[in-house]
Amino acid sequence: MLTIKNLHAGIETKKILKGIDLEIKAGEVHAIMGPNGSGKSTLASVLAGRENYEITEGSVTYFGKDLLEMSPEDRAREGVFLAFQYPVEIPGLSTTNFIKTSVNEIRKYRGEEPLDAVGFLRLMKEKMALVNIDQSLLSRPLNEGFSGGEKKRNEIFQMAMLQPKLAIMDETDSGLDIDAIRIVANSVNKLRNKDNAVLLVTHYQRLLDYIIPDFVHVMYNGRIVKSGSKELALELEEKGYDFIKHEVSLPEEA
Amino acid sequence: MNDVLMSTIEQTVLSDYKYGFVSNINAEEAPKGLNEDIIRFISAKKQEPQWLLEWRLKAYRQWLKLEEPKWSNVTYPAIDFQDIIYYSAPKQRVGPNSIDEIDPELKRTFDKLGISLDEQKRLTGVAVDVVVDSVSVATSFKEQLADLGIIFCSISEAIQKHPELVRKYMGSIVPPTDNYFAALNSAVFSDGSFCYIPKGIRCPMELSTYFRINAENTGQFERTLIIAEEGSYVSYLEGCTAPMRDENQLHAAVVELIALDRAEIKYSTVQNWYPGDKNGNGGIYNFVTKRGICQGVNSKISWTQVETGSAITWKYPSVILKGDNSIGEFYSVAVTNNHQQADTGTKMMHLGKNTKSRIVSKGISAGVSNNSYRGLVHVNKNAVNSRNFSQCDSLLLGDKCGAHTFPYIEVKNSSSVVEHEATTSKIGEDQIFYCNQRGIDTETAVALIINGFAKEVMNQLPMEFAVEAQKLLAISLEGSVG
Repeated sequence: MLTIKNLHAGIETKKILKGIDLEIKAGEVHAIMGPNGSGKSTLASVLAGRENYEITEGSVTYFGKDLLEMSPEDRAREGVFLAFQYPVEIPGLSTTNFIKTSVNEIRKYRGEEPLDAVGFLRLMKEKMALVNIDQSLLSRPLNEGFSGGEKKRNEIFQMAMLQPKLAIMDETDSGLDIDAIRIVANSVNKLRNKDNAVLLVTHYQRLLDYIIPDFVHVMYNGRIVKSGSKELALELEEKGYDFIKHEVSLPEEA
Repeated sequence: MNDVLMSTIEQTVLSDYKYGFVSNINAEEAPKGLNEDIIRFISAKKQEPQWLLEWRLKAYRQWLKLEEPKWSNVTYPAIDFQDIIYYSAPKQRVGPNSIDEIDPELKRTFDKLGISLDEQKRLTGVAVDVVVDSVSVATSFKEQLADLGIIFCSISEAIQKHPELVRKYMGSIVPPTDNYFAALNSAVFSDGSFCYIPKGIRCPMELSTYFRINAENTGQFERTLIIAEEGSYVSYLEGCTAPMRDENQLHAAVVELIALDRAEIKYSTVQNWYPGDKNGNGGIYNFVTKRGICQGVNSKISWTQVETGSAITWKYPSVILKGDNSIGEFYSVAVTNNHQQADTGTKMMHLGKNTKSRIVSKGISAGVSNNSYRGLVHVNKNAVNSRNFSQCDSLLLGDKCGAHTFPYIEVKNSSSVVEHEATTSKIGEDQIFYCNQRGIDTETAVALIINGFAKEVMNQLPMEFAVEAQKLLAISLEGSVG
């Protein structure tokens, strides 16, 4: 589904990603962990197409297409979804209206008829039950005055509505208490199937107690320095990121 | 409504100013220029009574003594008032009684504008009084309204048929000497709308007028007068689209509203005149005086405006709150793009006891445009226990445009409360990226964001206009981001 080869990217002169290689297949869940500033969120942003980043080297292939050539909206329409770490607020724009626009823009791209009010409502009801979100939240302006947990849950709800092929979740667990994490994780598990894939970017292991990854990658200083099974996450939890720093010697770090 | 809206935004964000065509109608014109003979010509053309001719001449003589106002935050080259044609009437046989009698060329114009009268009539239940150039050419639903005693006609017709009402009220709220452009209008006004709602009657339909500037070099000087008698209610819509032009066109309208005891007038405007091209050439000068008086106790006047067009907009729909417990409202969205300039706001004059006013102004600036809110809240000594709330928000697109707020507050007693809130924000890249990441392109994202910003005002518009107004916001800001 997704093949990242030797990806280098940064902002202005600052290099952040220094050669990422990653292969994600349908049905898989990959977790990317790492200390602050290792480049995890940058990777998520680059994949989604945020413009501030400059790609200096490498390639990203998504279902055989050059992902980096595509506009952010086309990536979304092709099934790439980013659950934002900090979802933005748009005052006055109802969440429902926003999601409806989103759903129908994507349908239009795929040559499907837009959903009418009834069809949309039906879809919304179904997904609301799936991710346990309250109707009242959806009639409010997009993320305006939402609590941290409500914002994250709204992201998961949008993910459910858009049914992406590749869901990138950028620190979705940050700022959530343990109950909220469980709710979010349950929703994600329900949305998993053999045709889609999840890339979880997280700082802590605890989310991985609920969403069991097939692969865990440790990022440090712009590279994936260690990959393994879910046990790697537990090892990290126990030993802290320092053990990676000691284990990996990076010449330019000296 | 939002559902309808979304699809209309999709349809329209990519279209050009689509009302830029000139229909080929034979106009009967006055020669260029302004003097007492021209005023006599207009008055004679319209077969007006002597008192009105004198009223016009008095206004003209006063206008000669006045100076063009310079205090607003707009700049434009000097207007040559002698280079304007002050009267132009599309050729018509005797006044049409039905829509079928209308000049086919005119009908096509309406069709291009999307204001098919037949459709309007059937689908919307809106009585339409269409003004092309200066003469009212079509009126519908008159009979149904007449049954209720409601008079809805052109001001010219009202002058002929209801001179006592016109004479009593015209100029009573905006005196001919009020200001430079009001004086000019009083001297040369050619037509406009007149509306009278008798005591206790609730007008069953939205009344609407489409103004349209047509013949070249024709300034439009419309005059509108609405009188709501005791306990009556009326909602009036005014919507504008004009053909594309290279030369600047002057529009100086006067609107007067009178609400007697417990009467309510709701006046909504969607203004989309040609704003000039991307380099600031051409466009309409929109210098308007709009004022209403809450004459009676417990009366209410509400102005709602969506201003997207015109090269320059200079207007302050105001309410004089004379009756005790009366209410004045002003809801405004003003959009400026490219080289457009807007200096708009309101005046709330609290004279009666327990009077209330509410001001919600949303300014959206893009390109190298300038958008100013200018408002006065005046609370008189006798207007005890009065209240005002003002909210002025500005949204900027890009970093070359300007947003300005000039609130003036005068309170002459100690029992009244006046509140003013103001914010300025920019459309953030983060907001746009968030929308992009959900499959929404940048133009649509901007439309969503500005419509969200303007929602509080849009919600005040009657349904018939809401969708059109939302489309206009998107069209006016096309190409301003990304």
